[in-house]
Amino acid sequence: MFVSDVLDRARKLLASVDAEPAERSIGAGTAYAPVRLWHWVNAAAILVLSLTGYVIGTGTPAMSGEASGNFLFGYIRFAHFSTGYVLSIGFLLRIYWALIGNAHAMQIFWLPLWRRRFWREVYHEIRWYAFLTVEPERRLGHNRLAQLAMFFMFTQTMTFLVVTGFALYGQGAGTDSWQYKLFGWVFSIWPNSQDVHTGHHLGLWVIVTFALVHIYAAIREDSCSAGAPLL
Amino acid sequence: MGGPTETFYSVIRRQGMTRRSFHKFCSLTAASLGLDPLAASSIANALETKPRVPVIWLHGLECTCCSESFIRSAHPLIKDALLSMISLDYDDTIMAAAGHQAEAILEETRAKYKGRYVLAVEGNPPLNEGGMFCIDGGKPFVEKLRSMAEEAMAIIAWGTCASWGCVQAAKPNPTGAAPIDKVITNKPIIKVPGCPPIAEVMSGLVTFITTFGKLPELDRRGCPSMFYSERIHDKCYRRSHFDAGQFVEEWDDKNARKGYCLYKMGCKGPTTYNACSAIRWNGGVSFPIQSGHGCFGCSEDGFWDKGSFYDRLATIKQFGIEENADQIGMAAAGVVGLTVAAHAAVTAVKRLTHKSDRAAPKAN
Repeated sequence: MFVSDVLDRARKLLASVDAEPAERSIGAGTAYAPVRLWHWVNAAAILVLSLTGYVIGTGTPAMSGEASGNFLFGYIRFAHFSTGYVLSIGFLLRIYWALIGNAHAMQIFWLPLWRRRFWREVYHEIRWYAFLTVEPERRLGHNRLAQLAMFFMFTQTMTFLVVTGFALYGQGAGTDSWQYKLFGWVFSIWPNSQDVHTGHHLGLWVIVTFALVHIYAAIREDSCSAGAPLL
Repeated sequence: MGGPTETFYSVIRRQGMTRRSFHKFCSLTAASLGLDPLAASSIANALETKPRVPVIWLHGLECTCCSESFIRSAHPLIKDALLSMISLDYDDTIMAAAGHQAEAILEETRAKYKGRYVLAVEGNPPLNEGGMFCIDGGKPFVEKLRSMAEEAMAIIAWGTCASWGCVQAAKPNPTGAAPIDKVITNKPIIKVPGCPPIAEVMSGLVTFITTFGKLPELDRRGCPSMFYSERIHDKCYRRSHFDAGQFVEEWDDKNARKGYCLYKMGCKGPTTYNACSAIRWNGGVSFPIQSGHGCFGCSEDGFWDKGSFYDRLATIKQFGIEENADQIGMAAAGVVGLTVAAHAAVTAVKRLTHKSDRAAPKAN
């Protein structure tokens, strides 16, 4: 029942996205503020997680002195884990917002790949980025290419990173921890957790690559077209 | 070999052991299995009343390191486990009988102790070419395994070979060697991975199964929780150096001499579930990390195929190149970064040359 309600709603949202004027700027209304807040909390969390995650993967230069007098790696791992919680809770709230927010809030979770209109707009957007046309088709919310990148590189990768992150955390917390009970099924797919570490680590680089394109596209959008404001 | 009605207690009494020693043994076994103090009396009760469990020990594609490890068990002493506790009816490596006599025992046990014997499997069956890569007693090993598994009460998968596949199943695996749970799907299988497993883990499990007549609690992967629920890392005595950020950088540097953490030298302790750092080896003398060498992760699935034992990051084999996550990620980010820079340059040029087109709609 709930699922079909959500799907119904999603269809209506899609229709309303299509119906919205593509020329008007969104501005900073109440419907927009939660997404902006989440965006910057999420961006900060990703920055901390990427840096600490990279260091956890490679190890630090050796600290001098006794082991009892140092806790550097412990602090780095603590920062990674606690920021992981911030990011995960933010991601859950973002999903909640997608369900109750306006039409655009659904965009990064919902990809209407089966619609001809979607692909027509993708084609137009490719032409725009290839300097073959002057006007971008969609100025409100994400353009279709951005939506594709968001869904495949951001939303999917984030979900993967949150799930594998909690699974790996569950290993340290112990097999009787709620993290292991909830996410331990990951080790039914990859019995050797070294593979989960490797996947989690690759996810970092997908996010880094995504961030490069994302930041470039946002700055470019801000300076080239009269679209959505940067912040 | 003793008859089925003989108990462990009657066997050791016949061997001249006192009742006091028997109870000492029960307490020690209860402690080594991590059971509560009162469990010692239930172990004693079981060993006094239950008939000894017949065990059939098969060898497939393997190196016999599991057997080598097993015979070094100190708690309980392997002589107690082998000669008193269980009735080891068939083990072609150490049994006196040979040829047709030996093979006859298999059929006899299978018929006589239907559903009551434990099948211990060391090694695994190769499945390619109808299993012809491992012929045992004139037949493919996989056939012997299947037929003995049919009537077994429970099956023990000794070592990484039987549990995950190990070296013979490493890429490209020409013989099609497969862990035994790919062949036997309708029986409870207890996986005791390790190359080899720790002697006390093996004998402790045999003790548990023969004492209680059932398998111990298994984890998600089918390994006994009592020995495989924590990683090497969780109980490693060098863990404080890990948390402090004190790592060995080179095998002969001063950090290595100080006994710092071997994380950066590719130690697989953080991803390996085994009891080495708690029970240790050779009667508790040492274990790899204590000897200054990182953990290989030998009790983990596919540990041969993750790249060098001395690399922190696993090797990812794709499209014929071998790189780790960082190299692949940095290459991808570099290519995308260059593309972005080139695109930005073209955008700038376009804006300069088509300034008039753009001037009107610019808002902020």
